[in-house]
Amino acid sequence: MKPRRFIAPSAFLWLLLAAAYFLIPLIATFLFSLKSNQTGKCCTIHNYGWVVHNHGFWQSLKISSLLALETIVISLALFVPTIYWVHLKVPRLRPVIAFLALIPFVVPPIVMVVGLLRFFKGTPDWFYAKPWGFLAGAYVILAFPYMFFSLDAGFRSIDVHTLTEASQSLGAKWTTTLFKVILPNIRSAALAASFLTLAIVMGEFTIANLAAFNTFPIFIQYVNESQGFPAGALTLMSFGITWAAMLSLLVVGRKRGGGGAVIAGGR
Amino acid sequence: MLIGAFQAKTKGYTVENLRVLFNHPYIDAYKTSIEISLVTAVIGGVVGLLVAYAAIREGTPRWIRSALTTFSGVAANFGGIPLAFAFIATLGPLGIVTVLFRNHGFDFTQHGFSLFTKTGVELAYMYFQLPLMILVIAPAIDGLRKEWREASSNLGASQLQFWRYVGLPVLMPSLLGAIILLFGNAFAAYATAYSLTSGTVNLVPILIGAYYSGNVLDNPHLAQAMAFGMFVVLAVMMLLYIPLQRRAARWAK
Repeated sequence: MKPRRFIAPSAFLWLLLAAAYFLIPLIATFLFSLKSNQTGKCCTIHNYGWVVHNHGFWQSLKISSLLALETIVISLALFVPTIYWVHLKVPRLRPVIAFLALIPFVVPPIVMVVGLLRFFKGTPDWFYAKPWGFLAGAYVILAFPYMFFSLDAGFRSIDVHTLTEASQSLGAKWTTTLFKVILPNIRSAALAASFLTLAIVMGEFTIANLAAFNTFPIFIQYVNESQGFPAGALTLMSFGITWAAMLSLLVVGRKRGGGGAVIAGGR
Repeated sequence: MLIGAFQAKTKGYTVENLRVLFNHPYIDAYKTSIEISLVTAVIGGVVGLLVAYAAIREGTPRWIRSALTTFSGVAANFGGIPLAFAFIATLGPLGIVTVLFRNHGFDFTQHGFSLFTKTGVELAYMYFQLPLMILVIAPAIDGLRKEWREASSNLGASQLQFWRYVGLPVLMPSLLGAIILLFGNAFAAYATAYSLTSGTVNLVPILIGAYYSGNVLDNPHLAQAMAFGMFVVLAVMMLLYIPLQRRAARWAK
């Protein structure tokens, strides 16, 4: 069989179709966002100005960013020592945790939030009625699979035992070992997990909507319903955040030698 | 907390709530949900396979593949509210493409197309289904070894025969597994459909959501029973998925 020198016609056709399907909505959103809210005519950047000068935009963005930060910090504080400990002392527990990590994957957010709302009903207001409590807790669960699989891969690529023993022989305490030896070695894995978590929290709608918290995606939905053209500008900004998070993730992952494909985000 | 959260769902059910699920309108919601998931999973699966193969096969420049994988990695994460709006801006009543066609004398809103129906939801779902399929199936296509092609060609097989007897049988477990994954992906989706149709398309997640954001249902346990029903459907899918995955792994060396 003669090796093909050029792209096959059918392959070209399929790729063209895919490119059209993927790009047209993005281009259309961009054109849409340039239309004037009063006249419906092109082209003005007024809509972007509207978004930037909107109080609700900054408010919701602040809530979502802080939530993302909180989720990342809690998750790392919770899962880095746990996975380290599992790798070091009880490798037999690894499959059990891997199975647990699959649960938030199989249980859709809409099902999860029903369970969570019911389970935490009657907890104090500072937890149940504040995004920093209930919502952050839900997002830690949501981020758990991504955290676990990313960190697990990171720990597997280093020699936990040798590093720990070496650091202890030199007289380091547990905390020193964890922060000065282990953490720098799994930094890219931790970063990758953090970017994924950021993408999840910034885009999550289901749980925030059902639990009635005013996060960034909720604000976008509100604008969608009330202001046609500025919503286009907002949508593109939101895409920009996802792009930034996912591309940072790819850059971090490449340094590590190419991580697996990752999917996250609110649908 | 983790375990507790999931136990909470199954606590305190009576069979009554579950029985109601089999009545109108709940059973219809399940039907619509399953139909949309099935359609987007199968079409997304087949088209995704073709696109991924087109990008990976010999002759296609390498950069196309890396560009497609990178884009898919990002696009699989699009979704929800922004995705819905992107489609409204494209194919909605005032969308750029709709207006473009209308100005050229073809108004597809008059030919029975509306974005805010089942078809519209399916079209939007494809935007995250296709990239996911491309990501999931690419390693399996890599597993199709060049030697097999050459061997079958040396033995006098045509292109068609290669696919019929070698290519497709090898890919089949991965393909079916990926389609199940896509099914679950669409079945669980809430935000996109919610934002796109404002709840006019009767999906299970939308009904559950309606209970919490409005007062459509008067029985709180019903929302929980519906959530449980979703969980059962997805659990069945997982049970189908695991053996397929195992079989697919046979060629992934």
